[in-house]
Amino acid sequence: MQIFKSPNYNFIRWRWHALALSLTVVVAGAVMMATRGLPLGIDFSGGTIVIVQFDEPVTEDQVRRAGTAIPGDVGVQQYGAPEDHEWLIRLPQTEEIEQGASLEQGSQQIVESLQKAGLPSFQVISTEIVGPVIGADLQRRGIYATLAALVAIMLYIAVRFRLSFALGAIAATFHDILVTLAFLTFFGYELSLNVVAAILAITGYSVNDTIVVFDRVRENLRSMRRETLDHVVNVSVNQTLARTVITSGTTFMAVMSLYLFGGEVLRGFAFTMLVGIISGTYSTVFIASAIAIILSQRGRAAAAAAAPARRPEARPGRKARGARAS
Amino acid sequence: MNKNLRWRVLTILAVIGLAIWAFYPPAEKVNLGLDLKGGVHLIMRVQTDAALRIETETTVERLAEALSRAGVQYSKLEVTAPTEFVVEGIQNDQAFRQASVEVDTVFTRSPGAGRYTYTMRPLIANQLREEAVTQALQTIERRVNELGVVEPIVARYTAANQILVQLPGVTDVQRAKEIIRSTALLELKIVEMGPFPSQEAAQQAYNNNVPPDLEIVPGSEDLASTGGGTPTTVYYVVRRVAPITGRDLRNARPSLDENSLPAVGFSLNQDGARRFGQLTEQNIGRQLAIILDNRVVSAPVIQSRITDEGQITGSFTQQEAADLSLVLRSGALPAPMDFLEERTVGPSLGAESIRAGVTASVGGLLLVVLFMLFYYRITGLNALTSIVVNLLILLGMMAYLGATMTLPGFAGFILTIGMGVDSNVLIFERIKEEMGTAKGVRAAVNAGFDRVWWTIVDTHVASLIGALLLLNFGTGPIRGFAMTLIIGLASNVFTAVFVSRTMFEMVLSRRAQPQALSI
Repeated sequence: MQIFKSPNYNFIRWRWHALALSLTVVVAGAVMMATRGLPLGIDFSGGTIVIVQFDEPVTEDQVRRAGTAIPGDVGVQQYGAPEDHEWLIRLPQTEEIEQGASLEQGSQQIVESLQKAGLPSFQVISTEIVGPVIGADLQRRGIYATLAALVAIMLYIAVRFRLSFALGAIAATFHDILVTLAFLTFFGYELSLNVVAAILAITGYSVNDTIVVFDRVRENLRSMRRETLDHVVNVSVNQTLARTVITSGTTFMAVMSLYLFGGEVLRGFAFTMLVGIISGTYSTVFIASAIAIILSQRGRAAAAAAAPARRPEARPGRKARGARAS
Repeated sequence: MNKNLRWRVLTILAVIGLAIWAFYPPAEKVNLGLDLKGGVHLIMRVQTDAALRIETETTVERLAEALSRAGVQYSKLEVTAPTEFVVEGIQNDQAFRQASVEVDTVFTRSPGAGRYTYTMRPLIANQLREEAVTQALQTIERRVNELGVVEPIVARYTAANQILVQLPGVTDVQRAKEIIRSTALLELKIVEMGPFPSQEAAQQAYNNNVPPDLEIVPGSEDLASTGGGTPTTVYYVVRRVAPITGRDLRNARPSLDENSLPAVGFSLNQDGARRFGQLTEQNIGRQLAIILDNRVVSAPVIQSRITDEGQITGSFTQQEAADLSLVLRSGALPAPMDFLEERTVGPSLGAESIRAGVTASVGGLLLVVLFMLFYYRITGLNALTSIVVNLLILLGMMAYLGATMTLPGFAGFILTIGMGVDSNVLIFERIKEEMGTAKGVRAAVNAGFDRVWWTIVDTHVASLIGALLLLNFGTGPIRGFAMTLIIGLASNVFTAVFVSRTMFEMVLSRRAQPQALSI
């Protein structure tokens, strides 16, 4: 069984359209993030979350009214399945909670106001309080981790392949991160620690996908020395297309299961992964190779001007496969 | 089956056996994170500035003594910052420098004459901060152990002055926090004057000029004197330097006072007992202030000479008395602490998360396996074996390394399933492609594995780089995710290449010239 019978789509012809489409999504996302702001979860913004489980059903309105006694912008939302009667109440970081001594003040206020509101009896099943120091620290570390991962992977590809490929892979990865962030903003998901982990996982996944294509390009460059880079890349993308689609499909299925059954805590994580997988597959086919080609042509034109007719040396034999192609 | 193949099969069976042995029985061998087991996660900051200020204050006191001994006149000597103090109006500069020689080892003196600013040497300040955090860590460890928590974690957190405490299974967060946080600085001082109803009244008693060696400390009024009413805050004037502190304690335990109310009995070590005996002998008839964290808990009148036994009375509940003896036994914290982060997961939510994680993993596994069987037919079984062996190795390695399973760890499991299949797909697709070029099945399989090997290395190394950074920079549950991913990637290379190839060869070795492959 085969999903594609010797595919021969001309992906490279569509590269400018694809770049335009991606740019549109990314810019739209950026505008939205700028106007609405990317909502930060309490891991990064600091604040208090209390999750309570009522013994009997309550309406959102009842919980919300109980929350009005607390100063500040109180958020109320149903948590988990409706039949569990679980509610999440959130307080933003307030100015007074700069001192650690009063860190738990918010959660105490929430519990007290719920007790006074005459609601059915309840248990606190989870509390999360993040102070401003930790929030800022986590923010910094999240950004560092992502950037460090990107730089390290880029270096690896640059060593194993060539710089233009590395730049193509990194551009594709950046693209995936930006598209994912745009979708997160659009669907109102918050940036939490778990979501950052998902973004880092996507970084790995997207590069993974791209490397498979590049590896094939490297291999084909040896056997198709008379062809243009455009053509070789296009053939390689087509040759790996079945694998790209199947792998994305299976990973997508696995993560879909996580999204459906993984529970409330992992929903943001799973959603981020789902978007990232789709974006990663798209960028592998359209973005990474396109940018690698565009950059290679510049480089090649410059190289051709300096030293004409210099071609990568082909090294036959199995062992050569580990060596650099260029 | 040739010899080579037999060895490969044996290796695989041995690895599977080892993995199962490592994690069986899973309930005991696999550590669950707080998000699955329930418990408290706290991040605290040691206020190291306070520790430095104490050092600076002690230095200033010693300097004041040295100056008065040497007869050096000055108008002002005061602490201006945790690591800084100022001396002003020095009459005899030469004599001052001689008397203050000892200070220079810890502080640097600003240039000039008559007025100096002293700043603590940065190296020493860092060392003191470091000591304060280490001491706090040890003290908290002792307290947590006395609380009887199973498998607690008390460790340094990322920033230099932060401490991470994880208490699995603890549900009374408030009490745990009180016990961890209380500085538990015990001081016994003789009351000079008081109690006064307000701080102003205490100051007026000294014409608003309290001598520098005395200080005003708040406290609760003795219940006995009010006849059981609500105690109001009163103020005592006591000596600044405490003759006996918590360091002189040998033990502390809950006891009962003469009215059978909960109290804390303490005994002093040899040296402390000798000094306490002297102190009480010289001050019979005066009040002894028992000060805990800068608040007078009680101020009994000394009736007779006491040596090594004492009692702290106050309006304690039994629990409070027990907790106070616990913190006194474990020693005082070198500096007060802030709470920066607090996460509590109830056991019911944890159980719910485990159920969700298992459901999602099994669901993901089923979906992927069904697809692989549908798409690759019998070769799909090969992928199924790879996935199962992969998961077994993953579990085994996690148990062996003592890694903690967290909810994001389940996500790592599922990603491992999804991405593990990737290598299989890569190889299978390549084999299909090679079979298209009509080289025969055996050649196609060999070419498939050989050609794809470096692709697999490249993709895994790139993913590994990402996962390692995640492990390095990440916190808490994220590290659980990174850990599963890393182990998953490593075992994936083994299963997708070694195990899968062995299976292919087992099938191919049955026939001399295989004509077709169900792929």
